Amino acid sequence: MFDDFFIRALIAGLGIALVTGPLGCFVVWRRLSYFGDTLSHSALLGVTIAYSFEINIALSVFLISSVVALILIQLQKKTNLPGDALLGLLAHSSLAVGLVVIGFLTFIRFDIMGLLFGDILAVTTDDLLIIWTGGALILLVLKFIWKPLFASTVNYELAEAEGLNPDRAKAIFTILMAAVIAISIKMVGLLLITGMLIIPAAMARNLSDSPQKMVLFSIIGGLLSVLLGLFSSLEFNTSSGPSIIMAALILFILSLLNIKQSIKLKN
Amino acid sequence: MSLKNSTLVKLNNAGFKQNDKWLVEGVSLTVEKGKIVTLIGPNGSGKSTTAKIALGIYKNIEGSVEKYTNKVGYVPQKILIDWTLPLRVHDFMLLTENIKDDAIDEALNLTGVIHLKNKNLGNLSGGEFQRVLIARAISKKPELLVLDEPVQGVDYTGEIALYELIKRISDTLNCGILLISHDLHTVMTATDHVVCLNGHVCCSGTPMDVAKNNEYKTLFGEQASQILSVYEHKHDHVHSDKGEIKKN
Repeated sequence: MFDDFFIRALIAGLGIALVTGPLGCFVVWRRLSYFGDTLSHSALLGVTIAYSFEINIALSVFLISSVVALILIQLQKKTNLPGDALLGLLAHSSLAVGLVVIGFLTFIRFDIMGLLFGDILAVTTDDLLIIWTGGALILLVLKFIWKPLFASTVNYELAEAEGLNPDRAKAIFTILMAAVIAISIKMVGLLLITGMLIIPAAMARNLSDSPQKMVLFSIIGGLLSVLLGLFSSLEFNTSSGPSIIMAALILFILSLLNIKQSIKLKN
Repeated sequence: MSLKNSTLVKLNNAGFKQNDKWLVEGVSLTVEKGKIVTLIGPNGSGKSTTAKIALGIYKNIEGSVEKYTNKVGYVPQKILIDWTLPLRVHDFMLLTENIKDDAIDEALNLTGVIHLKNKNLGNLSGGEFQRVLIARAISKKPELLVLDEPVQGVDYTGEIALYELIKRISDTLNCGILLISHDLHTVMTATDHVVCLNGHVCCSGTPMDVAKNNEYKTLFGEQASQILSVYEHKHDHVHSDKGEIKKN
């Protein structure tokens, strides 16, 4: 019925949506959208390193994003610059370094568009393995740090005072962010990964009155976006990343109608 | 001084400096099981800072803190919750520990806000939210309770009821309480030990000792000292051998 590549893309996309759903909620709650952007911009450098040394792309992206996250934390401690300036500095300079390095790699044929916006043709069986085992690991670790991470998202001092060690949870969460970017880069593309994290979670916020519901709706929204996006990508021959994000946007707009209704009910 | 095993937290000459300015320094105090220690002092005298030192929120402190319990309930003075989070009272009660549903109901009943259990936290009034904060802190059945201006924004009758509740909790749970309050009336009825702060410990002791202290008088005025003496002989109950309170 469908070609193999499309089945692979579907399985990959659904696996990614399962992970970006709950992580995206934390990105929205903790106001980390720019942080996500910075990590994913630095992913380009990770990809070039993967090609240069012939190592796995996901692994290389994961390592580079983690290093950038660590640099960010150090810069925050050692300079007086505001957080968003540091994020911008790291995002654009790592993107620039990545692009310059690509310029030197003339011996490799590069599909830049595929890197930036995702390519469903690029998903291999190996990628599926990485996405699903990596994704399962990410979710497992997230479940493990859920309590301290969530408590410190609500109020840092309460979490610290009552012995939950929020700093450790935050550090682990940063690594999870790098990991989710690493597993979704081929599918969504590095310019749009943050959208995959934020838009389904934002949609879910409009429909939820509890954190658990928001996580659930965020996952469902992500899954639907992947399904809608990939089928339209196949139908209209568009890049997979933008198609998925557009589907998510449509779901978000629909969720706004729900808000209007509930406001009417209250009045 | 030897350390009794009823000690929950002990500050030894503790202080905290931020941006080269001492917020508070040289504080020594001990909170024991079943005892209420109250911090009083003018604005900016370091009351909340002292509480945060005791809780371990501030890390780079002078002096030392010895903490002998991990079962802590905290009611902070200021709490900024981001309403991008959909959070009901029920979810908030489970924030730092998984508590059984009947324990949640019991705590919300005690502070008189059981009817708000499924309300969104963002829709509560200041006083309602304060009652939820207290309920959350006591529902964990903590060994150490740190209450920073716990009844701010609560109506007058509620304020008295909540202070009575706090006293009762200290008796029934046998937990130690570190209380910060600006309300000298209510403070003095229940407190075992008062520490008067003004950037440092200006005096400490039983409520009566503090009331007689000259530094206290200059800090709070002659009237405040009279407030304390009013409560000198206010014992309207005795304790039975089971620890229950009997009215005279």
